[in-house]
Amino acid sequence: MNVEWFIVLSALLFTTGAVGILLRRSPMVILLCLELMLNAGNLALVAFSRMVGNQEGQVFAIVVMVVAACEVVVGLGLIVALYRRKLPIDVDELRGLRG
Amino acid sequence: MEAVLFFFAAIGALAGAIGVVAMRNPFYSVLALIVHLFSLAVLFLLLTAAFVAAAQVVVYAGAVMVLYIFVVAYVGGGGESAWEPIPGQRLLAPLLGIALFIELSIAVLSSALLALGTHGPDVEPGFGDPAAIGKLLLEKFLIPFEASSILLLIAAIGAIVLAGRKREEAA
Repeated sequence: MNVEWFIVLSALLFTTGAVGILLRRSPMVILLCLELMLNAGNLALVAFSRMVGNQEGQVFAIVVMVVAACEVVVGLGLIVALYRRKLPIDVDELRGLRG
Repeated sequence: MEAVLFFFAAIGALAGAIGVVAMRNPFYSVLALIVHLFSLAVLFLLLTAAFVAAAQVVVYAGAVMVLYIFVVAYVGGGGESAWEPIPGQRLLAPLLGIALFIELSIAVLSSALLALGTHGPDVEPGFGDPAAIGKLLLEKFLIPFEASSILLLIAAIGAIVLAGRKREEAA
């Protein structure tokens, strides 16, 4: 398979994740869409590493996975904290920080 | 054979991604993301990244998704309100998405990477297996490796601080 197919697929997946972030209002689904975008980046990294014939891109992909796991842990902690304080779980109603 | 596998995995990944965005119930979104992650693992295997594929299945589809399912079950997946704060959001968002995809395509097409049209150089059998990746992580990328482990620790402590029940609240 040519590498360009993987890159095009990665661009499509990234776009899907971005549209999800623009459309959805539940912070949980927004976190899931962030995962989609990070995974699309990972696919591009691994595809380019195959194209060059160098394994360092795969190490980058693993570091991206670690960062994604951290982001999920903190994001889900925030959602649980919101729920405990009986705040609405909806990004449009949480406008306390809006200028 | 390789092309058939690619197209099946690509369709699975895209269908999973669209499912994440389109499902009303967050629980179904999480299940769609699991389909997406397994398809991506197949794509990683096609790119001779065996260790990344295994980490994808074990770490992502295993651990992270279980965390998601716990939180969705705890918070409860309420449907979103139909109220649109930005008029025409449902119409504008896909348009912006199409614009982003066109922009990315232009960036890839004009990158002048000649090797994009090939399937890459032939690699020896050990390419991307756990031994090779582990050697790279512990020799060339030792400091990023340790930094990411500290990052994980900080994230775990941060999550406990954020979500943990405080003593005065419980009393």
